[in-house]
Parts: sequence; structure tokens; C-alpha cells
Amino acid sequence: MIKRKIEEYFFKTLMILATIIVVGSFFLIVGTIFSKGLPYMTLDMVTKVPGGGFYIGKEGGVLNAIIGSLYIAGGATVLGLIISIPVAIYINMYLNNKNFISNLLRTVFDVLFGIPSIVYGAFGFLIMVYFGLRASLLGGTIAVTLLIIPVLVRTLDEVIRTVPGELRDAALSLGATRWEAAKVVLRQIRPGIYTAILLAFGRGIGDVASVLFTAGFSDNIPTSLHEPAATLPLAIFFQLGSPIAEVQGRAYASALILTIVVLIITLLSELLIKKFSKHKIG
Amino acid sequence: MTNTTPHISVQDLNVHIGNQHILKNISIDIPNKKVTSIIGPSGCGKTTLLKSFNRLLDNTADVKITGKVLVDGEDIYDPNAEITHIRKKMGLLSQRPYPLPMSIYDNVAYGPRIHGNPKKKDLDILVEQQLRATGLWGEVKDRLNASATRLSIGQQQRLCLARGLAVNPEIILGDESTSALDPVSTNIIENLFIELKEKYSIVLVTHILRQAARVSDYIIFVYMGEIIEYGPTKELLHNPKEKLTQEYVKGYIV
Repeated sequence: MIKRKIEEYFFKTLMILATIIVVGSFFLIVGTIFSKGLPYMTLDMVTKVPGGGFYIGKEGGVLNAIIGSLYIAGGATVLGLIISIPVAIYINMYLNNKNFISNLLRTVFDVLFGIPSIVYGAFGFLIMVYFGLRASLLGGTIAVTLLIIPVLVRTLDEVIRTVPGELRDAALSLGATRWEAAKVVLRQIRPGIYTAILLAFGRGIGDVASVLFTAGFSDNIPTSLHEPAATLPLAIFFQLGSPIAEVQGRAYASALILTIVVLIITLLSELLIKKFSKHKIG
Repeated sequence: MTNTTPHISVQDLNVHIGNQHILKNISIDIPNKKVTSIIGPSGCGKTTLLKSFNRLLDNTADVKITGKVLVDGEDIYDPNAEITHIRKKMGLLSQRPYPLPMSIYDNVAYGPRIHGNPKKKDLDILVEQQLRATGLWGEVKDRLNASATRLSIGQQQRLCLARGLAVNPEIILGDESTSALDPVSTNIIENLFIELKEKYSIVLVTHILRQAARVSDYIIFVYMGEIIEYGPTKELLHNPKEKLTQEYVKGYIV
């Protein structure tokens, strides 16, 4: 009896400790960013592009990187969804009686998921060299799209798999085509689509390696797909490498901006998830 | 079509799933405008047999189907058969109700909408008609735009029946349709089946013998993937010819 109690106590303590470590590091990270970044957080940071002396600590902000990151992560999420939703539906609604092929495809996407982002960057760069393209908004968006497609496909796939087969059968038995039944399933998983978007956008906006060669960096806000574009993670990287304290501080301010952008996207998607769960069954 | 022609005629049906032989040499005629119950122990293949009628079985992984299933004389496993047309002929009522993730109204309107572009006025009439047919109208007429998931499970099952009837089927397939329901809802559904056989041929899978006795005209007893016995309800339950049927009816085989 006493052994069981000790065991219960031991594992409960372990769980609490583990949770404290996770939550603690969250607050530690956010706290560091706030305390180091807030003093350098000026209106100029979010409303101006870098001025002539920005990198030695003078005038300007990181608006170029904010806009660049939003363009690339947003564009890649949209492109990624256009590709991933059909793939996830195909695997689940059309290949669902062919376990071998659908499981093979799932493995392929798991492998793609695990490939480091620098490989996507290098691959994107190779394609660009082949077509004679320079580092640009387009190149960066494509590289990030490749990076997040596996995230989207696997998340959507898992979400679709939680839908009971009977719901699909209910639509089919009314004489629906498979695509019409898929639309019913998509309605059911709409909250899950927002979760997938959140994960993909988060991975896309935070990634450095995939945009390093493909998007390049620019102090200007890109006005066309063929111009190079700055991104927040790269801006943080460059500023952090500076020996000037002012510039280093701005790196933390940029990190703060990035965190706030992700926070806004998270809250927005949670709002949408709530809104569209109304008709969800089960 | 007269009442003597079978509505569904199964000829030499064999179903394999993976390397399991689920249904073995099934040949059976399902009569028109009667209630036919398929009974048998769990895992005997009765649901598989039911799902072979509207080809939902096609969606099962690694399934292999040989033989013929004729509905109104047309082989539904013919490669040229129009599958959506076949399924439209049969309403399915599954074990648990699965309302579509939309409003009560849209659930009933779903079928008519995918099969054509009905006018709003006609649709309103149709929805009311089917909700009345399943005795749901009085309970939901003031909240047709509410989510179908807000209904009780018994109401949901009747909504699913109304949804199936709205596409104007000839046959109703019930897969243990009352097993998730409370006794009152079960009673309502059973009475609906008896009412509906005036217009529809009904095939029910059930593991409740008393239910089969109450609602069906004919019973098919399936055991280990084979049809052991088929006959009128009273005869099969009170005077079974086969030893296996006797044992099942007495409760020796579960």
C-alpha cells in the first residue's frame, strides 16, 4: 500500500516540476525580451525603415523587416494551404481504402517535416540560381512555403483523421460525391484548419535559415516580388551581432515585435476557432 | 414493381478485407416494402452485408468484393454503375446519429441541394414534410437554424432519418440504429420503421432479437460470414430449422 502511495506522490511531483520548468522558461524568455527590448522600443522601430546610421545606433526602425516577414510568412501560409488542403483531403478521402499508399505519403511528409530549414533554403537557392533569380520576396516566400507544407499537411491530416468516418459516410450515403463529402469534413475541421495555419505561420515567420539566401535582406520595404526582402529573424541576427549596445538593444526590441506578432496571430486564430466550432459535432 | 419482385438481390457475394474472408457466398433476396432484419452475433458480418448494399464498403481499407448486388435489377457493382445514384436510392441510419456540422434545416436540405437546385419555397415545404414524417417538426420548428448538434441524441437520430428521406430513397438501411438511444427514442424509431414500410423497403441490422421480432417481416440469420437461415420472422424465431439458429435464438451463441 505504502509503495503505491509513494509512487503516486513521486510521479505527481515529477509532473508538477516538469510543468514549472516549461512555464518558467516561457516567462524567463518573455521577461528577458521585455526587459531588454522595452527600453529600445520606440515608435520609430515599428514605423520607420532603417535610416543611414541605423546600424551604428542612429535613426530608423525595422518596419522593413516587419513588413517583409508578414509578406513572406503570410504569402507562404496562403500558398501552403492551397497545396496542403488538397493533399490532406486526397490522402484521407480518396486513398482511404489504400492503406499502403496513404501511409507511405504520411511517412514522406514526416521526413520532409524533419528536414532542417537550412536545407529548404539551400534547395530554394539552387532553384533560383538555375532560373537566374536573385534573392527576392518571391524566392523567400517559395522557400518558406516548402518549409511549412509538411507542417500543414501533417496537421490537417491528423485533424481530418479525428473526424469519424461515419460523418463522411453520412454524406456519401445521401448520394454526395467524394468531393462534396470532403466539403462536409472541411466544415467539421474548420477550427482545426486555423490551428494548422497558426502552426505554419509561426514556423514560417520565425525561421532564419530558409530566407537567408532566398529572400536576402534590404533596408527598403519591397515593392515587387523580385526585390529582396528583410525578415525579423534576420534583422535580429544582424543587430545582435553588432558591438554597439544601442543596436543590440534594438535586437531585443525586434524580438519583442516578433513575439507580439505571433501573439496577435495566436489570439486571432483562437477567436476564429471559437467562432467556427458552433456546428462542430462531437 | 410488384411486391413479389425482390428489391435487392444479392448473388454470390464474397467480401475479403485484408486476408480475412468476411462474407462467404451470400445469395439473398430482400423483398419490396417489407422490413427485413439481419441478425447474428457480433463480428459475423451483418454490418458488412448491409454496407455492401450501398457500396459504403468501398471505403474500407484493403477490401475485395466479388459477386453481384442487384438493386431494381441493376448490378451496383457494375464498373459503369453511377455510385451517387445508387446511394441516393438508400437512406442509411447508422449506429449513432451523425448530424452534418450545420443547422437543423441545412441537414435536411443537404441532400436535395446536392442533387439539384431546389427553390427556397420548395425546400421549406420539403424540410417541413420530412421533419413531420419523423415526428420532429413540433420539437424543432422554432429553431430550424440552430445547430443540429444541440438536439438530444434521439432527436438527432430522427433528424438523420429525415435527412435520408429528403433525397427520396426507395430503401432504408439501418445499422443498429437504436443501439445508442434511450428506450423512448428507440420506441419512436421502431414505430417509424413500421410506418415507413408502406413506402420503403427497410433492411435493419440488429443484435436485439426482441427488436427484430417487433418490427420485421423477415429475418436473415448470419453466422461467421454465412447466411444460415432466412425466413418470415415468426417462423425463424419460433420454429428455426437450423440448429445454429436455434442456439442463437435461445441465447447460447452471443
